[in-house]
Amino acid sequence: MSQSAPSKYIKGATGDWEVVIGMEIHAQVTSRAKLFSGASAEYGGAPNDHVSLVDAAMPGMLPVINEECVRQAIRTGLGLEAQINLRSIFDRKNYFYPDLPQGYQISQYKHPIVGEGAVIVDVSPSERITVGIERLHLEQDAGKSLHDLSATESHVDLNRSGVALMEIVSRPDMRSSDEARAYVSKLRTILRYIGSCDGNMEQGSLRADVNVSVRRPGGPLGTRCEIKNVNSIRFIGQAIEVEARRQIAILEDGGKIDQETRLFDPGKGETRSMRSKEEAHDYRYFPDPDLLPLEFDQDYVNTLRAQLPELPDAKRARFIASYGLPPYDAGVLVMERASADFFEETAKGRDAKLAANWVINELFGRLNKEGLDVAQSPVSASALGAIIDLISSDVISGKIAKDLFEIVWSEGGDPTEIVESRGLKQVTDTGAIEAAVDAVIAANPDKVAQAKEKPTMLGWFVGQVMKQTGGKANPQAVNELLRRKLGV
Amino acid sequence: MSDLTHLSLAEARDALKSKKVSALELTRAHIDAMEAARALNCFITETPELALQQAGQSDAKIASGEAGPLEGLPLGIKDLYCTKGVRTTAASRILGDFTPTYESTVSGHLLRDGAVSLGKLNLDEFAMGSSNETSAFGPVISPWRRSGDPSAKIVPGGSSGGSSAAVAARLCLGATATDTGGSIRQPAAFTGTVGMKPTYGRCSRWGIVAFASSLDQAGPITRTVRDSAIMLRSMAGHDPRDTTSVDAPVPDYEKALGASLKGRRIGVPKEYRLDGLSSEILALWDQGVAWLKDAGAEIIEISLPHTKYALPTYYIIAPAEASSNLARYDGVRYGIRETGRDIAGMYEKTRAKGFGPEVRRRIMIGTYVLSAGYYDAYYVRAQKVRSLIKHDFDAVFAAGVDAVLTPATPSPAFAQGEQGATDPVEMYLNDVFTVTVNMAGLPGVSVPGGLAANGLPLGLQLIGRPFDEETLFTLAGAIEQAAPKIDYPQAWWRGV
Repeated sequence: MSQSAPSKYIKGATGDWEVVIGMEIHAQVTSRAKLFSGASAEYGGAPNDHVSLVDAAMPGMLPVINEECVRQAIRTGLGLEAQINLRSIFDRKNYFYPDLPQGYQISQYKHPIVGEGAVIVDVSPSERITVGIERLHLEQDAGKSLHDLSATESHVDLNRSGVALMEIVSRPDMRSSDEARAYVSKLRTILRYIGSCDGNMEQGSLRADVNVSVRRPGGPLGTRCEIKNVNSIRFIGQAIEVEARRQIAILEDGGKIDQETRLFDPGKGETRSMRSKEEAHDYRYFPDPDLLPLEFDQDYVNTLRAQLPELPDAKRARFIASYGLPPYDAGVLVMERASADFFEETAKGRDAKLAANWVINELFGRLNKEGLDVAQSPVSASALGAIIDLISSDVISGKIAKDLFEIVWSEGGDPTEIVESRGLKQVTDTGAIEAAVDAVIAANPDKVAQAKEKPTMLGWFVGQVMKQTGGKANPQAVNELLRRKLGV
Repeated sequence: MSDLTHLSLAEARDALKSKKVSALELTRAHIDAMEAARALNCFITETPELALQQAGQSDAKIASGEAGPLEGLPLGIKDLYCTKGVRTTAASRILGDFTPTYESTVSGHLLRDGAVSLGKLNLDEFAMGSSNETSAFGPVISPWRRSGDPSAKIVPGGSSGGSSAAVAARLCLGATATDTGGSIRQPAAFTGTVGMKPTYGRCSRWGIVAFASSLDQAGPITRTVRDSAIMLRSMAGHDPRDTTSVDAPVPDYEKALGASLKGRRIGVPKEYRLDGLSSEILALWDQGVAWLKDAGAEIIEISLPHTKYALPTYYIIAPAEASSNLARYDGVRYGIRETGRDIAGMYEKTRAKGFGPEVRRRIMIGTYVLSAGYYDAYYVRAQKVRSLIKHDFDAVFAAGVDAVLTPATPSPAFAQGEQGATDPVEMYLNDVFTVTVNMAGLPGVSVPGGLAANGLPLGLQLIGRPFDEETLFTLAGAIEQAAPKIDYPQAWWRGV
């Protein structure tokens, strides 16, 4: 599916190598309660605050499916353009671990709720790939073992035990760490648009298991290693880079890759073995006899489809078509639903390209600098719109507009009033401008002579006039007058 | 009244209602009987104080006209049901002194309806066994004895052996039980009691320690068919906490008693006529056919062709589910814990000490059949066979058969140590007539048919359509009417 450029190959000592990447993303479902119990799925809380009898696997306890989690999984599947399976089955994945109270994780193995789909990923302004989705299934999260509270004992926190996760499995369609990072970023955008996962990687709401292998370009697939539980987009990129290089080094030394599970250590910048294929668990999957097959009808799916919000790809296309935005700008604006909404509110009834420029360059630039997101912006969409109106109606110049933006950012207030009260209005009175132009020409006869030889000197004159008028002169009028008077 | 423990549950209910007897009197009589029968080892935990307190409340309710359907009736609860504030063991060492903070749905229904709980009844460990010999709290001894052989300790069947023995010994008016492959019906047959395993989904499994989730079902053991109908009505009902429980109205089963058998079609499956089946059992079966025929039913020979695969298939599916269900007993959160070198060592030592040999065997069988490379050959095939077994019954019922009549067990009760000591399969064969019912999720009832030559009871089994327990009560009632009256054993165990 990928249309990678050959430049993505990694240069080894013996020639080029291609890295092949597939990913399993665990996304925590946004829901009030856990997947099979009524306990709170909220992040945080004191250890074991959010634990029901079911989560603690007390004798005789039974799971009951949380329909909200099913709804979110279907909505996500629709957002991934994927097949929705009207009948799916929950299986038990059996293994022993203290933070897994039941001794099995309830997951979906052979019959997941969501089948094949696809995600369109913009790797750069000029490069777009499609990453195939193999499946999405629902499963329980495990609890957390705490080993640092005592020298002789481990403790277990079951707050996360039973929280609903969506495991989203991609095809091995990515060929570079850039593609992998762009894929996770896009998936995160889709999930956040849909509202089925908050995408918060720091809190563990989104985690990735990354499968990496290398091969000679066009050759057969190599043996893969799975890097478990990488929890930031940056680390995903780093982990792929170091793992690909590790594999290449082994192969170029005549060795072979062992299929194994590895962990990425961001501190040391290396991956290390967690367990080999031989040590892999036999999970003894079988259908959970406590739960009936999960069934719903097409009408339900259709209803959910009709209620889906506009998703990033559609929104991007609309921004290009109806606002005439360049594809790259449209792509930047739709990364976050809140940003896109901010843009649309700002652009309403205004010059959309101008609005896009202001939102992307001034607003996003400033927000990034301060580490804020768009919801925290001190400049509202209506204030930014007012600033744009003042530019469009020639009340202020672009330069003054930037100053005005700064004032609104740090002090707040209504832009129109600020312009009035602080006398920021652009001088459009040609008489006043002409006087300033004449004064500058009179004061600089040598420069006037130079300008006649070298018309680029015009810029210097414009600057001088602007200085004289405190930046308020209409630059277009200044230009025209200067050209006429200097005869350039 | 001379001996209150000689009342049936229905008679006791009526006596309480007409205030001929108080709940306290009735309860005291049963507590006395329970305490005098410790030689039988029916109870793991006796709760006489709790019972008296409940009886006092029942008397108040009866006086104020607020009596529930089971008000003041002393019952025993199989120790597989979690009971709030009362230790629950599943007859295993691994649960230690585990005391639930919650009440199982079914025992909760009984308390809601006014029942008095005398305590927790012994069983095979985790309900795995057919003789109650696998209990970590020692075997239960049946109140029945072979004629002329008082020294042999007869088993009460299993896994609900404490329930069947306590009911037959008149220690309680009725008892809860559970049935995964025959654990209600076989012990009932061995003790001359009535054991009803309802349709899968009829009773909630919530709060009952799980053995094999797709097969487990709660039901009552009582001395009469009417008592069974009364108890099941309280036990049954939809529970949103168990998604396999069925949201269907619970009929007044008592009303099904005494209905005419005219026009009822009873199937007699030829495949149950096993090679080597004793002439005694065959004669009992023929007798059952004759009783139903005399009562007006039509007898039809039927075929259930996949019957012979039921037992081996059961012994794949049940252990597979059990191996997973019992994984939670790991020493981490409750029950016993043995210290080990590391976490794996802790698990191994805890589970080796906590589980008895039969439970360990089934966990190993179950783990094996679910393993990579064996799953398709065993578990998947077994599930296919299970569908065929269910289909056999569907076809018979679709052809107009109302119920199926079979023997309940291939033999009367045996003595401790007589079966399964060298070959566990010998013990498993006890379930040969009962497992098909669990595999197909159908209701089945075991009703006394008479005594064997050695003086021990024999039972007949009736199998019904899904959720048609009423027909089973009607037919079982007819057999109860026709069969010789069961004389429960005199209390030889008092003072033993």
